[in-house]
Amino acid sequence: MVGIMSQEYSGIMIYAEVHDGVIHPVTFELLGKARELAEKKGTKVLASIAGYKVKELAQELILRGADIVYLVDDERLKSLDVMAHRDAVLKIIQKAMPEAVLFGATNTGRTLAPRISSYLRTGLTADCTDLFIDEKGNLVQVRPAFSGNIFAHIVTKTRPVMSTVRYRTFKPAERDPGRKGEVIELELGNLGETGYRVLRKMEREKVNISEAEVIVAVGRGLKKKEDLQIVKELASLIGATIGASRPLVDDDWISRDHQVGFSGNIVKPKIYIALGISGSPQHVVGMKDSGTVISINIDQNAPIGEYSDYLIVGDLYEVIPKLIEQIKKIKEGNSPS
Amino acid sequence: MRPLQIIVLMKPVPDMEKVKFDTEKGTIIRESSELQINPFDLHAIELAVQIKEKVGGQVTVMSMAPLHAQEALRDAIARGCDGAILLSDKRFAGADTLATAYALASGIKKLGKFDLIIAGEKSVDGDTAQVPAEVAEFLNIPHASYVSKLIDVGDDAVRVVTEQESPYEVELKLPALLQVTKEVAKPRVPLLKDKLRARKASIEIWTAESLSDVADVKQFGFSGSPTWVAKIIVPKPKTRNKQVLKPEEGIQKIIEILKKEGLL
Repeated sequence: MVGIMSQEYSGIMIYAEVHDGVIHPVTFELLGKARELAEKKGTKVLASIAGYKVKELAQELILRGADIVYLVDDERLKSLDVMAHRDAVLKIIQKAMPEAVLFGATNTGRTLAPRISSYLRTGLTADCTDLFIDEKGNLVQVRPAFSGNIFAHIVTKTRPVMSTVRYRTFKPAERDPGRKGEVIELELGNLGETGYRVLRKMEREKVNISEAEVIVAVGRGLKKKEDLQIVKELASLIGATIGASRPLVDDDWISRDHQVGFSGNIVKPKIYIALGISGSPQHVVGMKDSGTVISINIDQNAPIGEYSDYLIVGDLYEVIPKLIEQIKKIKEGNSPS
Repeated sequence: MRPLQIIVLMKPVPDMEKVKFDTEKGTIIRESSELQINPFDLHAIELAVQIKEKVGGQVTVMSMAPLHAQEALRDAIARGCDGAILLSDKRFAGADTLATAYALASGIKKLGKFDLIIAGEKSVDGDTAQVPAEVAEFLNIPHASYVSKLIDVGDDAVRVVTEQESPYEVELKLPALLQVTKEVAKPRVPLLKDKLRARKASIEIWTAESLSDVADVKQFGFSGSPTWVAKIIVPKPKTRNKQVLKPEEGIQKIIEILKKEGLL
């Protein structure tokens, strides 16, 4: 089964991720990359969209760079029934025969893509940070390995080539209000019992740290759980999300959704302020691509320094209260009273 | 409630703290070849054992790894698993996620009856998180990914929380596969008596040939892997300025940066 190589496959397809009628922004990043790859190969950009009442979203995919949108609109796709959505995307792939299919490496993308690739007995590469066409015309998938110490270039010998692509890595495709494209609608057909039933959507109590623009992260430099209060105060003053290194999470000082690092979250904020974080490899892999990195550490030789634009050498218990005080003063000065 | 046959998929991995990467040569330096339970899989084992303790049944841990991974499987037994199966053969070597999932799914088919398969979120060395869903597809059973909580397990179905763009409570008909996050259960520390019991336990070794009645052995290992690594690139580490500042200067610098971003 493995080893299918055929000229019948053409076009770069993206999977449009939709939640509650809204297109997930990773979709536009995939469209941007797909346009670039398709132009290099002289082929079309295809989009796959499956859901309920998603017809009007197809047009948006065209304005963002899709040439043909394959659509399955069915009430049975209203909730995220993994088995039903798998069937819908399989229908689309089997009809469109794309040479590549790109998914966002979001939880949903990483849930559906391996089921589909496994069904098709084709290769799937996880969490790519780059994709390009080499001189032989192969689609090369680049993914970090060994905590980002190396990058593996992966080639797939079966078709379609399938990848999940890391969110917030590529620039989103620009919207061209005059763009034209084609929409092809497919039927979901007979589904049967999927064995998967969505009972209810729950409220997210967690923070979505991977989308934060400013992060104030704290590590072992904090002596006790109660002291998180000063970190919270600083974060709320500047509209930052609180991050934490693994030991604090393992000790239940703060929930895992705040964790930055390999076993937590990969973050890419504009500003990353690291308080009392030494900078273990497992932490650094989660934050090294941030914009400006400022660290406050008592040890001038802490490894975090190598990943920092500014290293403030001092005790966080002295620096933070002073910083808070100054920020408050500035804020009072700004207010019209 | 009826007793359940539970399978845990566990990956024996090197201790990542001890594995270093030689950026000059582009090779992995392993200070020891010892393999241990993938840390993410400890939570899968714990959940399986907790379910068994509640409803009865049996937990079997299954791995595909070299022979010296047996100690990791023994550790899984010490942590409450009843039996262990190691798929080990040079014909499994060089497998990508698809060929790995195919071998594991074949092992499960050979084992026969099962109600629930539990796997960890991802492995610390491969970091793809693809194998559990691929196994579920090979077996054509439903799976829930990023499961942060088990709500209930019954005779015919399991109810869990899956973390998607929002968390959802979902119900899966058994047999099903759960790919669980670290939040799902806190791993226990094995007691001395458990370690002693595990030392005496026998680990079944299954070769590629022994799966030939349920699988196409050509689909194992390198020959069954559609993806291959064309090149390894060792990037130059992104260097930062590391401007060292005293507290007072530092506070001014932070304020300057926050102002520039319009946060103050």
